[in-house]
Amino acid sequence: MADKRDLLAASPKVINVGLEVFADTLHELGVPVVQVDWRPPAGGNRRLTELLSRLDRSGDSNSQGPN
Amino acid sequence: MTVKNHVLKNLYRDSVALMRLSLEIECLENVEQATAIMGTDNNKDLLEQAGLLADTGKSATPNDLIIAFNLTPSGLEETVMASVQERLTAARQVAGGGTDYRPRSMDGAIQALPQANLAMISVPGEYAVREAQKALDLGLNVLLFSDNVPLEDEVDLKQQAANLGLLMMGPDCGTAIINGAPLGFANAVPSGRVGLVSASGSGLQHVTCLLAEAGEGVSHALGVGGRDLSAEVNGAMMLEGLRALQDDSATEIIVLISKPPAQSARDRVLEAASRSDKPCVVAFLGEQGQPSSAGNVHMEQTLEGAALRVLSLLGREAPDWAAIDRAARQQIETLATGPDLRRRSIRGLYSGGTMSYESLFILRDLGHQVDYVSGGVQSGRDTVIDMGDDRYTVGRPHPMIDYRARCEALVQEAGDPEVGVVLLDVILGYGSHPDPASELVPALLEAQAVARKAGRQLAWVVALCGSPDDPQNLDQQQKALIDAGAIVVHSNALAARIASAISRSDTSALPGGDSLG
Repeated sequence: MADKRDLLAASPKVINVGLEVFADTLHELGVPVVQVDWRPPAGGNRRLTELLSRLDRSGDSNSQGPN
Repeated sequence: MTVKNHVLKNLYRDSVALMRLSLEIECLENVEQATAIMGTDNNKDLLEQAGLLADTGKSATPNDLIIAFNLTPSGLEETVMASVQERLTAARQVAGGGTDYRPRSMDGAIQALPQANLAMISVPGEYAVREAQKALDLGLNVLLFSDNVPLEDEVDLKQQAANLGLLMMGPDCGTAIINGAPLGFANAVPSGRVGLVSASGSGLQHVTCLLAEAGEGVSHALGVGGRDLSAEVNGAMMLEGLRALQDDSATEIIVLISKPPAQSARDRVLEAASRSDKPCVVAFLGEQGQPSSAGNVHMEQTLEGAALRVLSLLGREAPDWAAIDRAARQQIETLATGPDLRRRSIRGLYSGGTMSYESLFILRDLGHQVDYVSGGVQSGRDTVIDMGDDRYTVGRPHPMIDYRARCEALVQEAGDPEVGVVLLDVILGYGSHPDPASELVPALLEAQAVARKAGRQLAWVVALCGSPDDPQNLDQQQKALIDAGAIVVHSNALAARIASAISRSDTSALPGGDSLG
């Protein structure tokens, strides 16, 4: 498990979920980064998204949703 | 002119990519007014209001990309869409950190980068909590850039992070610098001995830039989100950040920054700071009274004051940015002594929330009656607008990236006979607009023309927040804005005082000696 002091003691290694411009900057500066090909879960259906979140929290599902 | 909509099924692009695409489509031949937007209900409402929603677009889902544009009678729809497809393909090839592999989930990303220690999340707010939760569950620190996240979720996520020994920076955390790596909106500042924790993105950027210009570098700069010092969150992450910096051997002095805090959170953080064995400079905007020191805690009321105090504690001389150069001084005197701007209002058009607050408090301290509004309000009084507020950023990029709304406001304000001085911030750095002057200069010139046509004079005062090493080139940005007629200084507090001096026709309180007039 990472520790916050580990974050300050080490160089960041980043998973970027969202605006690609941030990953581009880090890549150009040589910071390790992986861009996730994110899109709205459950086809953007809010009710289904909430259900998925509840399932995630309950630990009953290993699903990451139909990403 | 005909409204055309194309729905590209299951094609998701982020708001910055879509802004760029929209601008490119608008430049195509035979196209007037265009937008590329995801098919959420909110976005479809926006399209309808703009008169750009056709029947085809109404069927789009949030995972579909809508290309909407007005086509001139001589234009060919197929030609426009072929150009759009070409641009979409080209953008995909260069974006995303130059790697072809893009996992579809955070789990997949961990497999690709097993040493990952931080998740940066900037998806739309309604999906952000789920992603942040996944990151914490995977043992990752989180920088949550997204805004529009419910407060109760913020409290919950930060509590979980604290229990796990992780940092949860945000939501609405615009910036951080960890070991020299700029995250989100951050400036190219040198590594050094000053550590910062800030419940304010623009406040953090401003102080790090002022320090960099004076030759002082940053060990780490931790953004914790603008609501961290609310009564509900109660400084949860500022306390964690403070502890982390106290333990950090590279940090010699600590700066704590916040928008106006809740009393309970303020007291809790100050109590922790009082036990620090490193000097703590505190800039909580809205604090009453004069700058003061008690033990290792030094209270300041402005971002400029915090930077000056740090430099003083480190034995540095007063920096150039605390003064006004002769050319700017002359321009200020000319504007202030002319009859035209007297008793006309100040309009602050800000992209940085904390910089807007700082101007608000400075102007009020100087005796101005100031409205703090969220846009669209016209009044005869002085007004400061935070155009980066959550309500303006739903479905669109932050105004540090997307200058369109502010450029429109600049021209609009020029048409208002009540307005005499326009005050604005320009924030450079990674992630921000690559060339703000290219957007602002044409708007300034147009605004000048509007004012001149009406027989009025107008003053523009710009607080330019940037580091000498920023990719936009600080000097070039400054020169372009000055050439367009703006007064440019690097301290936002100084910019606010200049705006006040011009509108009051009284420059005696400005730094740099007695009035030249």
